[in-house]
Amino acid sequence: MRLLEVVGVSKWFGGLSAVNNCSLSVEKGEVHALIGPNGAGKTTLISLISGLLFPEKGKILFQGRDVTHLPDWRRASLGIGRTFQIVNLFPSWTILENLVLAIMARDGHGFRFWKPVVSERHLFQRAEALASFLGLEERLEVPVATLPHGERRTVEIAMALAISPRLLLLDEPLAGLSPQESVRVVQAIRKVAKETTVLLVEHDMEAVFQLAHRVTVMAYGTILLTGSPPEVQASKEVQQVYLGEHEPFA
Amino acid sequence: MRPTNKPHGFDQPRSLGEPRAWVLGLFLGVLALAYPLVMGAVDQPYFITFASRVFVFALAATSLNLILGYGGMVSFGHAAFVGTGAYATAILAQAGWVSAWANWPLALGVCALLASVIGVLSLRTRGLYFIMITLAFAQMLYYLAVSLRVYGGEDGMPVRRTLLPFGLELRDEIVLYYTSLLVLALALLLTWRLVNARFGWILRASSENPTRAASLGLPVFYYQLVAFVLAGTMGGMAGILLANLNGWVSPSFLSWHLSGQLMMMVILGGVARLWGGVLGAVAYLFLETLLSEFTIHWQLFLGGLLLLAVLAVKKGLTGLWGKERG
Repeated sequence: MRLLEVVGVSKWFGGLSAVNNCSLSVEKGEVHALIGPNGAGKTTLISLISGLLFPEKGKILFQGRDVTHLPDWRRASLGIGRTFQIVNLFPSWTILENLVLAIMARDGHGFRFWKPVVSERHLFQRAEALASFLGLEERLEVPVATLPHGERRTVEIAMALAISPRLLLLDEPLAGLSPQESVRVVQAIRKVAKETTVLLVEHDMEAVFQLAHRVTVMAYGTILLTGSPPEVQASKEVQQVYLGEHEPFA
Repeated sequence: MRPTNKPHGFDQPRSLGEPRAWVLGLFLGVLALAYPLVMGAVDQPYFITFASRVFVFALAATSLNLILGYGGMVSFGHAAFVGTGAYATAILAQAGWVSAWANWPLALGVCALLASVIGVLSLRTRGLYFIMITLAFAQMLYYLAVSLRVYGGEDGMPVRRTLLPFGLELRDEIVLYYTSLLVLALALLLTWRLVNARFGWILRASSENPTRAASLGLPVFYYQLVAFVLAGTMGGMAGILLANLNGWVSPSFLSWHLSGQLMMMVILGGVARLWGGVLGAVAYLFLETLLSEFTIHWQLFLGGLLLLAVLAVKKGLTGLWGKERG
């Protein structure tokens, strides 16, 4: 079953075409990786799907429903969760507070004016359970601004998971991590992927080929091909984009 | 396990369970209740009126702190609501609606409506633009009041004071004192519950990182709008009391000077602190009164002191009181 279908979307920034007539589909249950050289338009495409940006052309269908013109918060409440390339949390809040907020958002009853959040034990229990699922249980009371980068990345993923998304968009979850940290985050993603459909943007090819069922390659705002990891690795076209006359793969 | 010293953190309800807070609260409560009796006994009604003035400004500053502090919406037009509340109560009383039961809900309704309109239009902008657009709305209302000859134009108009139940009248300074105290206490209680409830968490989240809040499925705009309307209504209540306190309303109630004063009180007292508005109003009005005794250039010295306070005490006066309240 198709969970997400992107049909011929285009996005320009001024005169620059960032995403040009791209089509892509994500099947329920798969880990779908989106790769390509820097500036290929991957993050733009993710933002078009999450509703942070709106396309000039084309359509985005989520569970068969046209979401092209829905704002980001509506799409999140329908089940599109995302992480950001640059860690994007509530920095002065603790891990626990970040997660409690996200779980509250999922609940959809935010207009409560009287009852203290700290008295809603079930929110904290769910936040703690989620934190231990991703191995964050030791640092619950620490403000996320003071965490090492790797843990902030994991919190970033935990936040997106807290809203129980049907589709999780991960935008370069390994960017800026040490090899040891990467291993931990890859483990976390693998765990998450057992239960959630994932669309993953990543530069780390090793991680991509470990995690992904299907891979889509982008370059210069267009989609080159979609295939299984071996197909993509074997493709001449892909090798040319990464190794050929164009910008080398970082 | 929960550390007591958080960098941003929350005013946790449980912190009120501390004996120290209870004792202090009880002491201040008794003091506030006994104050007019003492001042009446020594025949100093001026000090009763001064205290009422402090309460009214504390209420206005607290309402501004809800949006400026907790909501991160730096409004430079809060006088719009104070002034509208004041004019609304005066105009309604002139028309014969002198009972608080009829007058106040109507006046507050006007303020809420105004806040909804200003909010819907202003909250489409951020940062500097938000400051400018809120200022522009307040100044528009200021010039409207100046141009309305029926309501006294530039000179303003006298206020027929509101009648309370049980034959109490706001003309009586002691009744006004206790009314202002009660309203301020209720506003603080409401703010305290509000900022610690889900609404408050989401409001603060929307201020700290609106993009992330939206990506969690939270309609940031609606939360900010509701906070804006609540703050506008609370500010309108301060205006109603201020009109009754002064016995006169004038366009100066709508001017940017008042908006700026309220902002200074919030910053001086403590941004996003429950008692920030109260402490700021107390400090500001005391300084103003004291300094103006000594020199006609009191504003210069007040400015200097404010500068010092902001530079020396980063968290405002609430930051001085022991460890952070939660």
